[in-house]
Amino acid sequence: MNRRDALTRVAVILGGSVIGADFFLAGCKATPGRVNGLFNREDILLFDAIAETILPATDTPGAKAAQVGSFLALMVNDCYTLEQQEIFTKGIAALSDACEKINGKPFLDCDDSQRFALLSSLDKEQKDYTAHKTDGMGSHYFRMIKELTLLGYFTSKIGCTEALRYIAVPGRYDGDIPYKKGDKAWAT
Amino acid sequence: MKEIDLRSRRAFLVCARIAFVELQTMPKESPKQQHTYDAIVIGSGISGGWAAKELTEKGLKVLMLERGRPHEHIKDYVTATKDPWEFEHRGKATARQKSDNPVISRDWAQYGTAAVEPLMNTWVNEKDCPYVETRPFTWWRSYQMGGRSTLWGRQSYRWSDLDFDANAKDGIATDWPIRYHDLEPWYTYVEKFAGISGSLEKLTQLPDGYFLPPMDLNCVEKEVASRIRSFYKNERRMIIGRVANLTVPLQARTQCQYRNRCWEGCPFGGYFSTQSSTLPAAMATGNLTVRPFSIVTRIMYDKDLKKATGVEVLDATTQQTIEYYAKIVFLNASTLNSAWILMNSATDVWPDGLGSSSGELGHNIMDHHYMVGASGTVEGFDDRYYFGRRANGFYIPRFVNLSGNEKKFLRGYGYQGSAAREGWSREVPEMTIGASFKEALTEPGQWTIGATGFGEILPYHDNKITLNKTVKDRWGLPVLSMDAGLKDNELEMRKDIVKELVAMFEASGVKNISTYDKAYTIGQGIHEMGSARMGKDPRTSVLNAHNQVWDALNVFVTDGSCMASSACQNPSLTYMALTARAAEYAVKALKKGTL
Repeated sequence: MNRRDALTRVAVILGGSVIGADFFLAGCKATPGRVNGLFNREDILLFDAIAETILPATDTPGAKAAQVGSFLALMVNDCYTLEQQEIFTKGIAALSDACEKINGKPFLDCDDSQRFALLSSLDKEQKDYTAHKTDGMGSHYFRMIKELTLLGYFTSKIGCTEALRYIAVPGRYDGDIPYKKGDKAWAT
Repeated sequence: MKEIDLRSRRAFLVCARIAFVELQTMPKESPKQQHTYDAIVIGSGISGGWAAKELTEKGLKVLMLERGRPHEHIKDYVTATKDPWEFEHRGKATARQKSDNPVISRDWAQYGTAAVEPLMNTWVNEKDCPYVETRPFTWWRSYQMGGRSTLWGRQSYRWSDLDFDANAKDGIATDWPIRYHDLEPWYTYVEKFAGISGSLEKLTQLPDGYFLPPMDLNCVEKEVASRIRSFYKNERRMIIGRVANLTVPLQARTQCQYRNRCWEGCPFGGYFSTQSSTLPAAMATGNLTVRPFSIVTRIMYDKDLKKATGVEVLDATTQQTIEYYAKIVFLNASTLNSAWILMNSATDVWPDGLGSSSGELGHNIMDHHYMVGASGTVEGFDDRYYFGRRANGFYIPRFVNLSGNEKKFLRGYGYQGSAAREGWSREVPEMTIGASFKEALTEPGQWTIGATGFGEILPYHDNKITLNKTVKDRWGLPVLSMDAGLKDNELEMRKDIVKELVAMFEASGVKNISTYDKAYTIGQGIHEMGSARMGKDPRTSVLNAHNQVWDALNVFVTDGSCMASSACQNPSLTYMALTARAAEYAVKALKKGTL
C-alpha cells in the first residue's frame, strides 16, 4: 500500500516541505570540471570520500564504488530547494574548515581513522540538532549528506544486489518466512 | 522537459490516427451522421470505463471522450519494469517538478507516494488547469486515458444498509433512493469481472463479496489480529484488505506479481484499471470509438424535448469546437469535473446549469478522513520475515455506532495499515557511521505496525464547489472554486479514530506507540463525492434512483458525484456497481422507447 506506507513508515529522505524555485537555468558557463550548476569534479572526489567513510567497502563494495559522490552532486543540484542547497554547500565548507582545524589538512589528505573521527562527531552533532529542532528549522547539513549517501548507495545496483537482496518480480507473497541474523534485508 | 514534449507529440499522433480512421470508415454520411452515436461516455476512468463496457456489450455504438492524452496499456507504462538504479534521481521528483506541481507535491504526497520521479508526467499539468481554494482543497487529477483507474488504491468494499439507511435514520441531508438489495446483484456482477481478492467474514456492516482467494496477513499482522479479536470478544476484526489485485489469473489477465508498483501501470494486468479490464472488453465488441484530447465543455440540451442531444467538445490540441450527438449521455468525468460540465450546460434554461433546479448541484461535497492514525513497534518476531511486496494491507472494519449512536458523533470509520520490518532508511541510535553501521543497515530492522483511519464525512449543503469565471484555464474555460471543510462531527470522529487505534494497539502488545493527526483538509483522502447527489425528490436532489438527471432523463451521472452520503468504505467499487446498474436500466429504457 503506497499511501499507507507513506505515513506509517518513517520518511527520512529529503525531509521537510519543499517550496520550489527556479534556479541555474541562466548564466551557467561551461567551466572545465563543472558537473552541474553547483559542483565540479573536485567536489565529487570529496563527496566520494565522505560517502565512503559513512558506508565503507566491507565484504561488499562501499559508497565510492556505487558512485555516490556523483549522486550527491546530482541530487543537491536537481532536487534540493535553494534553501536546502545553501545549507548543504555551507555545510561542506564548514566540514572542510573543521577538518583543517582538527587535522591540519584537507579531508582528502586525511587517513581513514581521521576521516571516521571527524564524521562520527558530525553525526553526533546532527543527531543532537535533529532531536531538538523545531518546525521551520532546516535539516542539519550532515543529516542531508548521510541521507543522500544512504539513498544513493542502497538504491544503486551494488546496494540493491550485493549489500541487500533484490528480486524484481517476486511473483508471490509469503507473510511468514524464517529469518536468521545475518540474512540480508530486501532492497525494495 | 524534452521527454514531456516527445510524449505529447506521440500522443498527438495517436489522436490524429484515430480521427483519421473515424473519417475513413464513414465516408458517405453527412457530418452530423458521422458525429452521431447511440451513447456518449464522458470520461475514461473507473466508472467511464464500466459505462463503455456495459453499453457496447449491449450493442450500442459508443463514443468515449477523454480530455487527456492516450495512455496505452503496457506500452505506455514506460517506467514499470525499470530497476531502482535506472531512475536518474532514484525515484525522487526534482525541485522544479515540485514547484511546477504544488498540489500533487503537498502534504502526505511529498513523502514519496505521488510527487515521485516515475509519476510526475502522470498528474495533471497544474499550470494549465488551475483551481481556486476558497478553503484548502487538495485535488488529485490525472488527465489521460483511464483517468485515475491506474492510480487508485484498489481497496474495494461493499456498502451495507447501515450506510444506505443512515441519512434517513439520522435526519441528515436526504435519504438514499436505493438500498443494499438494489445494488447487491450489481456488486457481485462487477466483482466477478474486476477481480477482487478478499476473505469471507460474515460482517453485517461490511457484506462479503464474490472474492478471489485472499492475500495473506503477515505473521505480525496475524498475531495482532488474533489479540484484537480475543480482547474485544470478536466484536472487532483486523482482516486482509479486499483489493482489486488478482490472486489468480482472470480472463486474459495475469495474477498480481507482488511488485507493489501499481501506480506505474501493471504490465501484467494484475489489478483492475480501465486499460487492463473494461477498455479491452469494450473494444472487443467493435462498438467503441475513443477520442482523446476531448474536453467536453457542455452537454447540449433541447428544452422542448427536455433531453440532452449530445455534447460540445473542445479539442485540447487544435482548439477546434466539435459537436457529437447521441440518444444517451453517461457523465463520468469525476466528481468535481462532472459537476463542472453540468454547471456549464443548459444555462439558457437554468443559469446555474443542468441539474441546478434543486439548488444542490455542486453542494454536499464529501471526502473521507485521512492522515490520522498511529504506529508502533512489535516485539518477539525477530526470527520472522516475508517474501514479496504485497500491494495491500490490513483492514479494520467499522465497529462504532453499529446499532445505535454510542459515540459523541454520527457514523463511523475503518482503518487501513500494515506491519513490516524497517529498512535501510532507519536510524540506528547506538551507531554513527562506518562499517558496523553499514552492516546493520543491510539487515532488516525491528517490526513496526501502523494504520490510518478512513472515516465518514457528512454531506453539508455549504460544503460546495462553484464556477469561477474570473480565473481561466489554458483553454479560456472557467475553473472551479472549492469551499469545503470539516465540522464538529468530523473533528470529534478524528479524536476517536486515534483513541480507539491506540487502545487496540495497546491491547495487542504494540510498543512505542506514536499518534498523528496531520491537519487534514478536504480532498486529501482522494475520495471526493457528492456534487450531484441521488435522491427521491427532484426538489432536493440532482439525480434519481437510476442516476438520471431529473431535468434530462437521458443523462446518467454514475461517478462519485451521485453519492448522497460517504460511508467510510473506499467508494470505487460502489461507483462500478451503480454504473453497471444504470447502464442496464438505460439500455432497457432505450429499447422500450421511454428515453
